[in-house]
Amino acid sequence: MNPEPLLLATPSGDVLKLRPEGPWTAANVVTLETLSRSVGADVDRSRAVTLDMSGVSALDTLGAWVLEKLSRRAASSGRSAEFVGVADQFSGLMDEVRQVNRDRPAPVAVPNPVLLRLGDLGKATIGAREDVTIFLQMLGALFMAVIGVLRRPRSLRLTSLVYQLYRIGWQAIPIIVLITFLIGAIIAQQGFFHFRRFGAESYTVDMVGILVLRELGVLIVAIMVAGRSGSAYTAELGSMKMREEIDALSTMGLDPVDVLILPRVAALVIALPILAFVGSIAALYGGGLVAQFYGDMGPAIYIARLHDAISITHFEVGILKAPFMALVIGIVACSEGLRVKGSAESLGRQTTTSVVKSIFLVIVLDGLFAIFFASIGM
Amino acid sequence: MEDSQQEFAIRVRDLVVGFGRQTVLDHLSLDVRRGEILGLVGASGGGKSVLMRTIIGLIPRRSGSIEVMGQPVGGGAQGTATTWGILFQQGALFSSLTVRQNVQFPLRENLVLSQELMDEIAIAKLEMVGLRAQDADKYPAELSGGMTKRVALARALALDPPILFLDEPTSGLDPIAAGDFDALIKTLQRTLGLTVFMVTHDLASLTTVCDRVAALADGRIVAIGPMRELLQSEHPWVRAYFHGKRSQMLQHEMR
Repeated sequence: MNPEPLLLATPSGDVLKLRPEGPWTAANVVTLETLSRSVGADVDRSRAVTLDMSGVSALDTLGAWVLEKLSRRAASSGRSAEFVGVADQFSGLMDEVRQVNRDRPAPVAVPNPVLLRLGDLGKATIGAREDVTIFLQMLGALFMAVIGVLRRPRSLRLTSLVYQLYRIGWQAIPIIVLITFLIGAIIAQQGFFHFRRFGAESYTVDMVGILVLRELGVLIVAIMVAGRSGSAYTAELGSMKMREEIDALSTMGLDPVDVLILPRVAALVIALPILAFVGSIAALYGGGLVAQFYGDMGPAIYIARLHDAISITHFEVGILKAPFMALVIGIVACSEGLRVKGSAESLGRQTTTSVVKSIFLVIVLDGLFAIFFASIGM
Repeated sequence: MEDSQQEFAIRVRDLVVGFGRQTVLDHLSLDVRRGEILGLVGASGGGKSVLMRTIIGLIPRRSGSIEVMGQPVGGGAQGTATTWGILFQQGALFSSLTVRQNVQFPLRENLVLSQELMDEIAIAKLEMVGLRAQDADKYPAELSGGMTKRVALARALALDPPILFLDEPTSGLDPIAAGDFDALIKTLQRTLGLTVFMVTHDLASLTTVCDRVAALADGRIVAIGPMRELLQSEHPWVRAYFHGKRSQMLQHEMR
């Protein structure tokens, strides 16, 4: 049905006559490449090359280019190459193809891989410094925005703040309760299982109480919020940046920090302690359920032991950390959002960076707080 | 049958397209001849893009038939990059690929060919649309509006499709760039023997490059023919379109 393309090579003296036939189109590209390669050696050997185009039934850019490449191969070493019998309907295309690929850009030198790694390392180092600068700038901008709000309380974007609170606080409660409940239950189960060997089962309650209230409750909740709400902030602000919405705000004389970032970060700072509290209670509840059904310890005893084991200090240590973690998550999420450039890929990259960085910083901050509280004896 | 295949690149018969209760295209019929540049005009939101997207199969139709190069469209037979190239209004370049990779994408997906030939074809296409080989390693985010359209055109033409769809090709370009782009389309259409289906509002494009212009109003083609004939048309919407204050001014300047 569809004839195959052909390339007939007839040497006559020093002149090589090439006669392409059939459809020289992209659909037959495999055949075309083989054909042009097979005559390559003949082209190199002969003094002059004539391409007789009269047999070509169909031609597109790809086919024209393969033929043009053959003629250039011949012409490159000073031999003559010419096309004859080009049909009228193909002449425009052949002329066009003759113009292209003339000046090749110098091939990009492949750099030494070791140097490349070193370069990346250097860039990352400088990038880390830049990260710190951006973090501090955002902190400063937020501080100024807060001062502005304190001076003129009416300038606070209350609607936006309440909406963000609803989104990142209220809507997050089910998943946070579920996760912390499970974590509390798992810790209690592990405690009963391992402490039983020492006959120290009753200390499980101490462990659950202290661990949950001081560390785990707030840490788990902060990590979840970083993944759930921090990523949303970055993606939102990033796509607003891409669609020039943030530039539009600035041109209307509004500060994006006041309008977009302050309500978001403030909502996080308000919501995270509440979520940490709710999460801690859910974890203690989970621990209590495991105590009853796995550790044979009734609710009354569990609560009494909990009452003895934990003091208000443990609770304070945990809950005091929450607003600072919220601030770190908010600043990282918003500043990464503003660093999004034009492409969809950049949006994805900054969102990933935002989540990874805020989880890392939350854990580092938790470590610093642990040292601090230990040294002041809390 | 053979004759109609030779003569018409696209045949649309009694096409009905609607969303929910709203009917956008109402028993629309349109023929696009082989090797012509057809401009489609119509009110904003009047269904021009809907018609184009229905022909290329992005929007389902309620009834009617569409034939492209003699082959019915839809019902499993999907058109590919070998049948038509499409230039979307915003370019729709893949933002995670470089210009070169964008142009190579249809080649890579549809053909088996060596990397060397693929590189050469990509550069050839880029040079044919008036870009330089140096631009090949840029990312779409680094391109200006005019360059984005040219790269998108190079990608649409990567497999030398016989039909080219253009959705407002000159919107967002300055008059010089728009004029250059019109000239480019005309040149490519001549060299590659393309059939071009162009949705546009640009009166200059309509006058300079289009062989025929079709006017879409009330979900139908109300007038079709060379620009001269459309200017004589008695249809109220077509009169309003071409004889409004803006149009008059432009046509006056062009004379």
